[in-house]
Amino acid sequence: MVVIVCYRMLSVEKAGRKVDTQWVWRGLSLRVSPGEAWAVSGPSGSGKTLLLRCLAALDPLDEGRILFEGRDTETINVPAYRARVLYLHQQPAFFEGTVEENLRAVLALAQHSTREFDEKWISGTLDRLGKSVDFLQRPISALSGGEAQIVAFLRGLQISPTMLLLDEPTAALDPEAVGHIESLIEAWRAADPGHSLLWVSHDQGQLERMTSRRLVLGKG
Amino acid sequence: MDSAYIQIGNLELALAALLMLINLGLSAWLRLGLGRQLVLASVRMSVQLLLVGLVLEWIFALRNPWVVLLLAMIMGTTAGIAAVGRTGRRFPGIYRNSLLNVLFASFLVTGLAGQGIIRFQPWYDPQYFIPLLGMLLGNALTGISLALDRFMENLVSRRAFIESMLCLGATRWEAAHREVKDAVRTGMIPIINAMMVMGVVSLPGMMTGQILAGADPADAVRYQIVIVFMIAASTALGTLGVVMMSFFSMFSSRHRLLSTQLLRTQSE
Repeated sequence: MVVIVCYRMLSVEKAGRKVDTQWVWRGLSLRVSPGEAWAVSGPSGSGKTLLLRCLAALDPLDEGRILFEGRDTETINVPAYRARVLYLHQQPAFFEGTVEENLRAVLALAQHSTREFDEKWISGTLDRLGKSVDFLQRPISALSGGEAQIVAFLRGLQISPTMLLLDEPTAALDPEAVGHIESLIEAWRAADPGHSLLWVSHDQGQLERMTSRRLVLGKG
Repeated sequence: MDSAYIQIGNLELALAALLMLINLGLSAWLRLGLGRQLVLASVRMSVQLLLVGLVLEWIFALRNPWVVLLLAMIMGTTAGIAAVGRTGRRFPGIYRNSLLNVLFASFLVTGLAGQGIIRFQPWYDPQYFIPLLGMLLGNALTGISLALDRFMENLVSRRAFIESMLCLGATRWEAAHREVKDAVRTGMIPIINAMMVMGVVSLPGMMTGQILAGADPADAVRYQIVIVFMIAASTALGTLGVVMMSFFSMFSSRHRLLSTQLLRTQSE
C-alpha cells in the first residue's frame, strides 16, 4: 500500500483585509502546494502587495487566517516563518557598506546562527550571471538597479527559503537584468522540487514563462 | 532679611525690558516679522516668572509635602507634554510614554541625589526639591523630545530596510536596534556638549545665580557639578526609557512595524 502524505505548504482561509473601513479583498482562499508557482494578478489597487505583505506577516489580516504547513501563522515563531517564506519586492533596501557586508549581516541574525557564509555558492552564482567575485567588494551605493536586485536575491536565497513571495521584482529593470533575476529563480526552483512561489507582475509574458497557476484579485 | 546682593525693583525690571527694543528694532529693520512673537514671548516670560515667584514664596512659607508634590506633578506633566509638542510625528501612546519617563527619571534622580548626596531635610524641602526637579525636567524634556523625533524619523526613512531585515528573519530588536541607539545618542548630545565646554565657554545659570546671591564660588561650583551629574543621569534614563517604550509601541510582538500608526503632525 502506498500512503501519499499530501500537505498544503501555505493555505489562506477566508481571508479579508481592510484599508481604513473599506475591504480590499474578502473571503479569499488559496492553497499553495509544494512546488507550485502562482501568478497573482489584478488591476492596481486590488491589493496584490497587501496580500503578499499579509502572507509575509508584515501586515495582519482583518479576518480569516493563514496556515503554513498546517499551523496558524499568528501563533508560530514569526522570524523562523519569514526566513522560510521570503518576501522580495521591487525596491530592495540595504545599509551603507559593501555587497558582502550586506550579505553577511543576514547571517548575523539569531535565526541564522548555525548558517555560514557560503562563498562557493555565491561565487558560483555570480559566475553564472557573468560577474566576478570583485562584485562582493562593491559599495551598495555604486550598484545599478539590476545589480541591487541581484544582491537582494543573493541575500535572500542564501538562507534557503522554501517559498518566495515576489512583488514586481523585475518591474524597473532592463531585459538583461530581468533575465538574470529569472535565471536565479529558476535555479532556486530546480534545486528542490518543493520550492514554490507567488509572483506579482504586470508582465504577462513573464507570468506565463514562470508560473503555472493564477490568482486574480479584484474581481469584486 | 539682610541680603548679600542688590535687589531688583520694578524700575529695574522696566529698564531691562527696554533691552527688548534692540530685538524689536532689528526685527522691524530687517523685516523678520518677529515683532509680535517677540512681544508675546516677552510678556509670557515676565508674567509666568512673576507668578511662579509668588507661588514659590507661598509654597516655601507653607512647607507642606502635598503642596510641594502637587506643584512637582504640574511641572512634570507640563514637561512631559511639551516634550511631544515639537516632534514632527505622533503615534498613539506617545504622550503616555513621554509623561511616564519624564516623571520617572526626574523624580527618581531628584530623590536619590537629594536624599543620598545633598541630604536636605525634610525630603520635600521646597527650597531644594523644586529648583532641583525643575532643572532635571528642563533637560530631560530636551533629551526626550530630540530622541522621540529622531526615532520616528528613522522609522519612516529606514522603513524599507527595517522591513527587509524582518523579512529575512530578524526579530524586531535585530531589525531596529540601530534606530533605538541612534535616537538615544541624539537625545544625549545636548547634555554631553554642555558638559564638554562647561566653565570654559559657558558659566551655568545656577552657579551664576548662586554667585550673584553671594555664595562662595567654590561652593557654587560644587553644587553645579552635582547638578550636572544629576541632569546627565536623568536625561539618560528618560531618553532611554522613552525610546524603549516607543520601540514597543511601534513594533508588535509579532515583529511587525506598525508604520500606519505614525502620523505627521498637522502644524508642519
